[in-house]
Amino acid sequence: MTTVAAPPAPGVLSRLGSLARSRETGIFLAFALVVAATTVKNPQFLFSGDGWRDLLLTPAIVAVVAIGQAVVIITRSVDLSVGSIVGLTAYLVGSLFVAVPGFPIPLVFLVGIAFGSLLGLVNGALVAFGRVPAMVITLGTLYAYRGINVVWTGSNRINASDMPRDFLALGTQQVLTIPVITILAVAILAMVGWYMANTRGGREFYAIGSDPDAAELYGLAKTKRVLIAFVASGAASGLGGVLFAARYGTINSQVGDGFELQAIGAAVIGGVAIVGGSGTVLGAVFGAYLLLTINRALPVLGIPDFWQRAVVGALIIGAIILDRVLANRQAKRLMEDRSAA
Amino acid sequence: MTTLTTGSPDTRTYAEFGRPLWRRALFNREMAIIALLLAVVVAASVMVPKFATPVTLGYLLFDVTPILLIALAMAPVMITGDIDLSVGSMVGLSSVTLGLGTQMGLSVPVAGLIALLVGALGGLVNGLLVTRIGLPALAVTIGTLALYRGIAVGLLGTTAITQFDRWWTTLVKSKIGGSGIPTVMIVFVLLLAAFAIMLHFTPFGRGVFSIGLSKDAAVFSGVDAERTRLVLFVLSGLMAALAGIYYALYYNSARGDNATGMELQVIAAVVLGGVSVFGGRGALHGVVAGVLLIGVLSKALQLVNITSDVVSIITGVLLVLSVIAGSVLSWIQAKRLRPAAPPVKTS
Repeated sequence: MTTVAAPPAPGVLSRLGSLARSRETGIFLAFALVVAATTVKNPQFLFSGDGWRDLLLTPAIVAVVAIGQAVVIITRSVDLSVGSIVGLTAYLVGSLFVAVPGFPIPLVFLVGIAFGSLLGLVNGALVAFGRVPAMVITLGTLYAYRGINVVWTGSNRINASDMPRDFLALGTQQVLTIPVITILAVAILAMVGWYMANTRGGREFYAIGSDPDAAELYGLAKTKRVLIAFVASGAASGLGGVLFAARYGTINSQVGDGFELQAIGAAVIGGVAIVGGSGTVLGAVFGAYLLLTINRALPVLGIPDFWQRAVVGALIIGAIILDRVLANRQAKRLMEDRSAA
Repeated sequence: MTTLTTGSPDTRTYAEFGRPLWRRALFNREMAIIALLLAVVVAASVMVPKFATPVTLGYLLFDVTPILLIALAMAPVMITGDIDLSVGSMVGLSSVTLGLGTQMGLSVPVAGLIALLVGALGGLVNGLLVTRIGLPALAVTIGTLALYRGIAVGLLGTTAITQFDRWWTTLVKSKIGGSGIPTVMIVFVLLLAAFAIMLHFTPFGRGVFSIGLSKDAAVFSGVDAERTRLVLFVLSGLMAALAGIYYALYYNSARGDNATGMELQVIAAVVLGGVSVFGGRGALHGVVAGVLLIGVLSKALQLVNITSDVVSIITGVLLVLSVIAGSVLSWIQAKRLRPAAPPVKTS
């Protein structure tokens, strides 16, 4: 009598049910709610050309950085240096255009991504081979990269007039009313999201994040995965730097300052557990949109924008408490299932 | 299978007991940092004009005082394996509280007391979320880093409160005789003594180390791990609030963005001072030396007109090097202790 009941094949209803219960849906609903509430107060927020564009465009750069950050956090690390990488890459891009005015634009993207990957590789190599916590290493490189940036830049500033018009146009251009940068972010999201969910390599990130020792005993190449995660985060931040240059056109030595907090906040709010092993990059992107849209909505709703950071903090804490509650509930259900069997 | 744990910090700590006492006392992280500090001080005194003067010493100590104060409480928090990223924000919130209090007509001691209460409360919130709900300290304090800073900035906006009781600001800026040593250093030395006794000479302090080495083992040995960690978070909030009061009075300015990013400086100094990021290891004399090392370097470079930005590179590189050095040393030590160990196959 030990027949184990086969789990029912996932029907359309149960799929819909799990979709409705998923963290990503919850975050998206919260995002929709914020947009709706703000739009009721001021229809311009959604129903004007600029409002619609800003809604999609403003969070896109943080979203790209958050995708890389999510991969790192899923592997049970954290990358605090992303803001400094964004800043350093943005300045590199600006300097390239100053030095070589006709620099081809696709090549600029490649250079930015390659440079970001290189900085990420430094992080990853130190973490993976030094066997020291990522937090300390990336705290160190946060300082070091920013310091290099400030020494290099000085009080210099690169202005929009130093960069080609086509490049700057990328920052505001729209295709069928959707900003190009947002399309780019969605493309990266689709790629990384598919990879993380469906490939062997992607699942290894989750395995390592859930239990690094078990993953290693099982034979997974932990060092390699950690390296890849940091390079991915560096590449995403490098791309973020290029996009920042295109979008804002003004680059000083403080570009990207504080991005690490927004990226980590976005990932955590989006359901990427800080202890690793769970969450999706889609959640991180929704987290970024929720976070930055709340920032933009506060002044419209009559709350002085000085309170932005307090709201962000409260959201992060709320999200991690929610994560814990959900994890506890799931653990309890699994225990009950086991004792019932 | 035991070779898999070769590089772990625990093995290293126990392995150290195999060495004679004098070598353990002389050749350790703390002594290395103190030696480096002395070397930098000597080099700076010889090479940098005006470095070895009471005036420079005064400015140097005034600059590092808030970091020293917070590091005293951050060290035990990190020795238990936790971390508190919200301290910089708490410095801001505490100085804003002090500013608002005095603006409402309260005297500096009363407003300061309220600021300390705010600090203790902030630390309590961190501690409760970490110990009662069981959330990771890193995540909680990233959240409260934003939350406390947000409240500080929200309360004051972009305005600054700069009217503090002259008597108190003069007291904070005063020095002991002609030595150049700030009077507030007396407070710091007393607190250092208190924290050193607590950490190194009481059962509570032994509990702090044992939690860092293995929380489960500590609990089974009768250490109230949850209470210890909670107390340490409250202390961390308190010291950050004290640093905030100092900050507001010394710079005569309470702003929402006071001491932004100070948490990173504190953690860098504490790790540089030999506190293991895995927990379970560290000593306050190393931590003080770590803070002073960064302070001396930045002051010496400032005097030769190298901007403070180079200091951030040096801080970062020192931080990375110091943790990497620890890892490499423990790897070498483990190799020496187990020469015949078969190579570990990892893949």
